[in-house]
Amino acid sequence: MKVSYYPGCSLHATGKEYDQSVKAVSDALGIELKEVDDWSCCGASSAHMTNFKLSIALPARNIIAAQNDKLDMMVPCAACFNRFKGAQHHLEKDDSLKAEIEEIVGAKYDASVAVRNPIDIIYNDIGLEELGKAVTRKLDGLKPVSYYGCLLLRPPEVCQFDDYENPYMMDGIMGALGADARKWSCKTDCCGGSLTLGKTQIVVHLVDKMMMMAAEAGANCIVTACPVCFANLDTRASEKGRLPAFYFTEIMALALGLKGTEKWFNMHNVDPKPLLTSLGLI
Amino acid sequence: MNTFLEEVNDRMGGVPIQSCFHCRKCTAGCPIAFAMEYNPNAIIKMIQMGMREKVLGSSTIWLCASCETCVTRCPNDVDIARMMDTLREMAIESGVDAGEKNIVKFHEAFLSSIKMGGRISEPMMLVHYKLKTLDLFSDMGLGMSMFMKGKIKLLSPRTKDMGSVRKIFKSTDK
Ligand code: SF4
Ligand code: SF4
Repeated sequence: MKVSYYPGCSLHATGKEYDQSVKAVSDALGIELKEVDDWSCCGASSAHMTNFKLSIALPARNIIAAQNDKLDMMVPCAACFNRFKGAQHHLEKDDSLKAEIEEIVGAKYDASVAVRNPIDIIYNDIGLEELGKAVTRKLDGLKPVSYYGCLLLRPPEVCQFDDYENPYMMDGIMGALGADARKWSCKTDCCGGSLTLGKTQIVVHLVDKMMMMAAEAGANCIVTACPVCFANLDTRASEKGRLPAFYFTEIMALALGLKGTEKWFNMHNVDPKPLLTSLGLI
Repeated sequence: MNTFLEEVNDRMGGVPIQSCFHCRKCTAGCPIAFAMEYNPNAIIKMIQMGMREKVLGSSTIWLCASCETCVTRCPNDVDIARMMDTLREMAIESGVDAGEKNIVKFHEAFLSSIKMGGRISEPMMLVHYKLKTLDLFSDMGLGMSMFMKGKIKLLSPRTKDMGSVRKIFKSTDK
């Protein structure tokens, strides 16, 4: 299958290992990626927290750029995914807003592009059975908790993604790789997001609580699909209870025996290699 | 002249916030409530009581992380997250002293980075933010280690058609 690909700013910087692992995994599973032409930032939380129209126009510019490709659009970053889905929701229910945004962007919005996260594409289009067949190294001993955070799921009528109070697709993917996904109650909790710079202590408090709950659930690592969550989990937990965090695609690449994992793990702040070495996975 | 309540409702669209019956489910599930000056449902009450300055100058509206848990769970579909966005816009427009200055400066730095290159350049954005807040040293170690690990580069590719990005900023500027 072929999809258009919107990496977004994070995946070219602090979320680099997410970008590279998404590409490696897609390649291995036969998903061809075509980068959206001359993409720009989606505006993230800063635009929607301070200027509604800007928060619609910035994603609209990119969705419109992707229309020419006539493909579903893969958006790995949960924050970008949320902004794209939000913009589509408003554009499709408010004609006068749509006309105004089309004027600003200088092109028509035709509602043809399906915005999709790779979790959804892998779970629904590739399927767990196919994924299981591609595994070359079962992840015995790896006990992740799946952490979705806010931006893939809420508001549910906008995101239309997985079960919004108890999502299961990431657990399914982990299971297909041979990992023992642990049940826990913080799957959809908030990590504090962009408060990480202006109000670091709030984020430390939230992340510490999550680490504690993950350990209580018997997990030895946390997997996520969001660069904001990843950065907070990887850099803000206090010394006392740090579990390594992974992008779910890094874990997939490990199980599929793909190249590059070592390089990505070296970019983490909390080194996951001691855990993986002790389990004989690297 | 419109009351504060009418003004907020008009700008938000959707369910009027006085549909709230103060069950406090929003506050119970709010991850940030522990740090807020006024709880999410208290803000609704304060708007109904016309407490414009207190609401627009409160830390609550800037601390809200837009996690959307409140609106997802509200039995009356009151969109508190959208209400917080609206209040932030109103606070900026009215020029009241923000209850959380660093957060406002973060958003300013973030948006000016997009305006300059079409995409976020994290080092440029951080420099901007650090200069605005004069908080020069926190996270320096973290920033350096990310730099050394090759995660953040000083120069990254920008959007080519910057004209279209500038037009978006210009047309949406109030
Ligand atoms: S959950 Fe809804 S009805 Fe209940 S207090 Fe909050 S806004 Fe009001
Ligand atoms: S959106 Fe804001 S007010 Fe609502 S639960 Fe999240 S942090 Fe609290």
